Amino acid sequence: MAIELNGKTYETDEEGYLTDINEWNEDVAKILAQNENIDMTEQHWEVIEFLREYYNEFQIAPAVRVLTKAIGKKLGPEKGNSQYLYELFPYGPGKQACKIAGLPKPTGCI
Amino acid sequence: MSEGQIKKFMYLNRKAPHGTIYALESLEVVLIAAAFDQDVSLAFMDDGVYQLKKGFNTKGIEVKNFQPTYRALDDYDINKLYVEKEALEARGLGAEDMCVPVEVLSRAEIGKLMETQDVILSF
Amino acid sequence: MLHIVNKSPLERNSLDTCLATAQPGGALLLIEDGVYAATAGHAAAGKLSAAMDKLKVYALKPDLEARGMAERALEGVTLVDYGGFVDLVTEHATCQSWL
Repeated sequence: MAIELNGKTYETDEEGYLTDINEWNEDVAKILAQNENIDMTEQHWEVIEFLREYYNEFQIAPAVRVLTKAIGKKLGPEKGNSQYLYELFPYGPGKQACKIAGLPKPTGCI
Repeated sequence: MSEGQIKKFMYLNRKAPHGTIYALESLEVVLIAAAFDQDVSLAFMDDGVYQLKKGFNTKGIEVKNFQPTYRALDDYDINKLYVEKEALEARGLGAEDMCVPVEVLSRAEIGKLMETQDVILSF
Repeated sequence: MLHIVNKSPLERNSLDTCLATAQPGGALLLIEDGVYAATAGHAAAGKLSAAMDKLKVYALKPDLEARGMAERALEGVTLVDYGGFVDLVTEHATCQSWL
């Protein structure tokens, strides 16, 4: 699979995850979000940015439990809970948010 | 999972990084299994101590640098990391060369810890 | 003759056999996990240093860097990149990899 955008081709795997994390940009993130039927808001971008920073630092997409805890630590308890994150990303913050953030599928995510 | 009985899991790592896939595979299994909320510890013996030797730069060999991921283990509530004293000495290394906080134990002490485990996974 | 060792000296006997076999005037290139032999403080560093009387010893720098060991390279060991690896192979009539 691939995404065509502004004359550039972005390769994705069979589940829609970007093949090359370095190709990610906000425009391709918007397309990835559209494919997930998600309207990106400031709150969504905040999580996406957090995930990308986490990946840069630790070279993994965190498990949902770890993501929830880490977001709570950084953005406050009202955001560091699974209800908030599932409202933003109904099919799972791990799966959907990581995809939009251009990260690989989280390790251990089925 | 939290309803179940908590068991003691030890991951025993004895292989150098990069030369074989064991180090990376072990790390991935540890992260996946962390979802099961067990009592996890990691032991590094023999060439396994090299997995934690800080300062990996894998650009030249064009493989992913998985060393930063060891620093995420604490987020996964995995903070019992044991490193074999004799292995460090034979390799000219010390605890200060490790990329994460570790407890240095003798082989015999690691052997005693192994006796207290419910499950030992060997890599 | 160029000898190549890619196994950790504390896990396999490849380096020992190589050092016992190699004839004076030859070259030894350490790659992959073999580079650990060429690091200061390693149990095998002594015998490697001793072998430098008869062998020219090289180690592949990208493999040392990947293992966080580049700054610990043993004195007397020449670090080479992949281009240098190819040069060594072409400069020697024969090449033995001690797998």
